[in-house]
Amino acid sequence: MVAATYQLKRADFIFKNDNDWEKILDKTLKRAPQELINELMSSELKGRGGAGFPTGLKWKLTAEDSSEQKFVICNADEGEPGTFKDREILSKVPYKVLTAMAVCGHVIGSQQGYIYLRGEYKFLVPELQKAINEFEYYCQQTGHEFSIKIFLGSGAYICGEETALFESMEGKRGEPRNKPPYPTSSGYMSQPTVVNNVETLAHTFTIFKYGAKKFYDLGVQYSRGSKLFSVSGDTPKPGIYELELGMSLQDFVNEFGDGDTKAVQVGGASGFLVPRKRFEKTTIGYRGKLTGISLPTGGSMMLYNSSRSMYNVLDNYLEFFREESCGQCTPCRVGCQQLHSGIKAVKRGEKPAQYLDKLLKLTETMQLTAKCGLGQSVANSFSSIVENFREEMIY
Amino acid sequence: MSTKISVTINGIQLEVEPGKTILEAANEAGMIIPTLCYHKDLCIAGNCRVCVVEVTGQKRLAAACATPCEEEMEILTNSLKVRNSRKHIIELLLSEHNADCTKCYKNGNCELQELASEYKIMTQDFLRLAPLKNYTIDQFSPSIIKDDSKCIRCQRCVRTCAELQGVNALTVAYKGDEMKIATFFEKAMNDVVCTNCGQCVNHCPTGALVERNYIEEVWDAIADPDKHVVVQTAPAVRVGLGEELGLEAGERVTGRMVSSLKRLGFNSVLDTDFTADLTIIEEGTELLHRLKKALAEEDQSVKLPMATSCSPGWIKYIEHMYPELLDNLSSCKSPQQMFGALAKTYYAKARKIDPDKIISVSIMPCTAKKFEADRPEMHDSGFRDVDYVLTTRELAIMIKQAGIDFKKLPDAKFDRLMGESTGAAVLFGATGGVMEAALRTAYELVTGREVPFENLDITPVRGMEGVKEASVLIEKPLDEWAFLDGIELKCAVAHGLVNAKKVMDAVKEGTSDYHFIEIMACPGGCLGGGGQPIPTNPEIRQKRAEAIYAEDGGMPLRKSHENPEVLKIYQDFLGQPLGEKSHHLLHTKYTGRNRF
Repeated sequence: MVAATYQLKRADFIFKNDNDWEKILDKTLKRAPQELINELMSSELKGRGGAGFPTGLKWKLTAEDSSEQKFVICNADEGEPGTFKDREILSKVPYKVLTAMAVCGHVIGSQQGYIYLRGEYKFLVPELQKAINEFEYYCQQTGHEFSIKIFLGSGAYICGEETALFESMEGKRGEPRNKPPYPTSSGYMSQPTVVNNVETLAHTFTIFKYGAKKFYDLGVQYSRGSKLFSVSGDTPKPGIYELELGMSLQDFVNEFGDGDTKAVQVGGASGFLVPRKRFEKTTIGYRGKLTGISLPTGGSMMLYNSSRSMYNVLDNYLEFFREESCGQCTPCRVGCQQLHSGIKAVKRGEKPAQYLDKLLKLTETMQLTAKCGLGQSVANSFSSIVENFREEMIY
Repeated sequence: MSTKISVTINGIQLEVEPGKTILEAANEAGMIIPTLCYHKDLCIAGNCRVCVVEVTGQKRLAAACATPCEEEMEILTNSLKVRNSRKHIIELLLSEHNADCTKCYKNGNCELQELASEYKIMTQDFLRLAPLKNYTIDQFSPSIIKDDSKCIRCQRCVRTCAELQGVNALTVAYKGDEMKIATFFEKAMNDVVCTNCGQCVNHCPTGALVERNYIEEVWDAIADPDKHVVVQTAPAVRVGLGEELGLEAGERVTGRMVSSLKRLGFNSVLDTDFTADLTIIEEGTELLHRLKKALAEEDQSVKLPMATSCSPGWIKYIEHMYPELLDNLSSCKSPQQMFGALAKTYYAKARKIDPDKIISVSIMPCTAKKFEADRPEMHDSGFRDVDYVLTTRELAIMIKQAGIDFKKLPDAKFDRLMGESTGAAVLFGATGGVMEAALRTAYELVTGREVPFENLDITPVRGMEGVKEASVLIEKPLDEWAFLDGIELKCAVAHGLVNAKKVMDAVKEGTSDYHFIEIMACPGGCLGGGGQPIPTNPEIRQKRAEAIYAEDGGMPLRKSHENPEVLKIYQDFLGQPLGEKSHHLLHTKYTGRNRF
């Protein structure tokens, strides 16, 4: 591809390890909570798990609640297909995350943090626990009251949804709750709780270390800062890359594609599939008044080349959702089954091609009525694949 | 914060209390939003999504049952978006549901069917998923049949079992497309902690949980010229049956019920109330004996408090959950089983009928009674004491099948021998009723005076409070009971097993100072039983309770020990309370069970 169009901007904050977390912790904890909230708000950091809720606002809302007991939870239930960045953060720079959690505790008024660790990441526990022990020891020595416990999940994708995560931690079945109330007022144990993605916390470390401006200067309007991307699929260089937000997908493909990229799935199974003809017009970042389409992502970028059947890709996603729906709400539980069985029926010729339109309408209903983000976002991959690769679904 | 907030629903401006949900606000204003997983007895689940409504300015639809009203909210309950989504959701539910409606026991009384009819779902465009799931029907329990192919996963049963009963026999298992409602390791319903109370049946919107019905067996018995079929009717049936037959909740139908049973062809229509009175004599005497042993003779082996034993759901619960406290239970059989044992002995002898030819049927507000009749120890007459147990709902089905226009039926009276009863017996149908009836008799037995409550109404044990406490000071007793002088008899009443747990935990820990406790498995007592008409909810229970108390108030005799037939049976047959014959026929033993 032509080098002249290359506009990817790499960043290197997350994995840059100056081993200065004690210093940053001490320095930051001396600052007033309101000042830290302002710093975060002015950085315009948004949640890196994919949903993109402004982090500063989340901390602010939780800080404003007058409850005595509050919690800080680091969401490390990294379950979205195609994402593996949190694992690396926790194994390479755990202290950044722990520090950020303690700072969050300071800001909102909490002495207890939890790391909700994906069950499949059990192998991380010994090293992570060692880091926690050292961190807690340091806190004790310096008079900061904050302790962190690891809570190991049991392998359900849905438990990454924050309210299902609370249920899981409370010993119940991992099912999303009705909202409102929101976690900022009633989360774990019905107490105000901040749930932040691992990467989000790591970014707050950057912000507290260098100041909001350094972070804000990266990226574009509405999508400030850098972000880790888990690049996988048909690419000669899979891996984790820290890039500035706001890049065009074409630039991304130029860098990571194998020269034959047919489509990119942005944001994992719950994200969107972008076909080649839309690469130019698509940017990666949060939605705002930008030109073209802007797609948020938790970091999962899966590239598909022309050898891939988009039917198989969709079949795979839908099988995933069919199994990983918690099953409590109708649109998601039955909708996923209908979509999955439906595309098979069309492929086999048991249902006419027009049946796909009925299924597209169904995804609209799922988006409108499902209880949580899982059921609401099945529509994303389904409609973007079916609309762009309709012929592959039928023939 | 008590100021009202204003919302607009379908263009109509409303002032609502803060904290009210959209569903409550709409219902109060006469706008109906369909629901499935919502039930007034239960916590909000918000999982069926049928009640979705549009809130202006919000991208997604909101579940009306789970979304609190907010200031200035503009809500549309019937916009095109809402209608299309709702229709989709109903279609989805139907696609996963074994919608073979004409072959379903709940045909005509199914909330999903009603919705499908309301929204005129005429085609099934979506794939039919139900046949792919290979569900087997669990029909091992004598009380409850569980058919997962008809389940819509609203979790009303799960919430019922957890919140009302604290039993958790039913819970959610697996996830995604395999998610289902299951017992412990998917064992059969008769193999787990299930108390057979049938509250899940009463709360199930579809035919996934139904009572095991014995309608055909009873028709066969009635048609058999060799058989003499006797039927007994529980107190709570007469205040519920009307609802199944087009009458308002709370209408007393005792006379019409008797006359319909006669028209159905039962040879003798008798009353469980008779044995309810008998229970009071036996249980009251047992209580006084225990008190005497414990207080006068200081016998440590006597267990207090004594707990009532009329509710078979409660019996199975204590057998599972507190097997170490079984000695606290009264050894009295329930009125149904006392009746059964007497029907094939005392009644058979008096009426000169071969007990082998007697088929004993009972009409109960209860599904646990089916299990109770099935217990191996309930054969004291030499035969199976009670052959078939029908719920209030099953009786209504038979009445409809027989072409009886219930509303126009003239009243009739119970037949004699075991048909006479008092107001005290009727009280058995409501929570606190056994306690009230027992106190009316025991107090008078001990002091020779009527219980010191106006008009015999012992109001502290009435009402829908989960756990009620009462105490009666015993003053100037008769000589025989002198040891009770100055004693404050302390009583507790609990209904709904989740409340039973509160009382029993206190008993177990030794922190309770009760002498006598009444426990009924179902909320509201038998009038809210698992075999009662569907729906049953707090308002309906209240109306049925009022009917019970009205029935009691209207009886010429209101104390069990004044029932002439009860006096006669002791004279002619039983001898004395707790005598050898009663011991053999009217008392029983209990079995400890596993806790899963």
